[in-house]
Amino acid sequence: MQFQLQDASLREDLISNDDLRAQSDELLTAFLKAYSSGNTDLNSKEFVGIQDILSEISISRARQGFSVRETGTYVLSLKSALTQSLQEEYKNDPAKLFSEFVKVSNLVDSLSIVTFETYIKGREEVILRQTDEISEISTPVIRVWDKVLALPIIGTLDSARTQIVMESLLTEIVASESTIAILDISGVPAVDSLVAQHLIKTVSATRLMGAECIISGIRPEIAQTIVHLGIDLSGIKTKSTLASALQLAFSLTNQEVKKKSSF
Amino acid sequence: MERIPILKMGEFLLVTIQVDLYDRLALTLENDLINMVAKSGSKGVLIDISSVSIVDSFMGRILGNIASMSRILDAETVVVGMQPAVAITLVELGLTLSGVHTALNVEKGIDLLKSKIGDTPTDEDHDGIDD
Repeated sequence: MQFQLQDASLREDLISNDDLRAQSDELLTAFLKAYSSGNTDLNSKEFVGIQDILSEISISRARQGFSVRETGTYVLSLKSALTQSLQEEYKNDPAKLFSEFVKVSNLVDSLSIVTFETYIKGREEVILRQTDEISEISTPVIRVWDKVLALPIIGTLDSARTQIVMESLLTEIVASESTIAILDISGVPAVDSLVAQHLIKTVSATRLMGAECIISGIRPEIAQTIVHLGIDLSGIKTKSTLASALQLAFSLTNQEVKKKSSF
Repeated sequence: MERIPILKMGEFLLVTIQVDLYDRLALTLENDLINMVAKSGSKGVLIDISSVSIVDSFMGRILGNIASMSRILDAETVVVGMQPAVAITLVELGLTLSGVHTALNVEKGIDLLKSKIGDTPTDEDHDGIDD
């Protein structure tokens, strides 16, 4: 019985043959034990153990990068293996064969649903973790000059990210005693009224802290959108490039960057 | 009754809020401060809120009120040392304290006040940074 299962699900270089064998072994032993107890309720003690094993298998597969089809086939292959052995066992008793077959079939179906559920859960966990990582990586606060901070924003600004941006910017302003913060939005693909609202909030919060905020990196398309949407940015200093924002920051802090004379 | 001390430093008044402002205390402060401005003829008011960790809309309004009243009495108001969490809260509440000048710390606040009094004290859009 075990060999059939292993044959049916043997595939991919993602998992070694030995590991697969051990996994199938564990699953099959548990299944046979539960099945021979005669209990077919999926929530009973015996089957909860199997559900755990299956969850583990499918989560680990989701992380290893197996597709849904592969994971699903792995569990469903249990059915064909069991059917064959049932057929041999009850060769002379078609009625019994049928009732046992229905029982096994139902069980495996429910188990495969459990597998799908946990597989998707595993995938979602991966996605969630990546989202967190991206939002952390994508909001660095850079000290570009004495008392001047720059914060390049890359990707769309939603409320959750604005919160992170604001917090890290304000904390850094306190830590570095900066008087100027440059918010560079050249990496923001689109600005709608909500994004603008978030930007204005950030600028107001910086101002409350006693620092000045300059928004830079406004592309022509974005300038057009802002005007068409009727967003009022008149109270905010805006510059088209980071360089010109830096220039403004220097003049606001009474600093000057000069070219060395060539002789 | 508990009161927040108001220190006179030359031309300026310095208020350091070391406790959490509850409503009555804030009202008393507003009252005391305005009387003090009128009496001493100070040109500037510096409010240090660096140890305030909790604000509400009332407190935001009081700060705004103090600034507007002081301006009527010809004194500029600078709020210094606001904590990041406080700034975020005020912005979320929709209070941007537009009439109030702000600075990072007391030292910068005094510099700002000096420059305000030195040249154009009525320049309202000019907050935070001076050149």
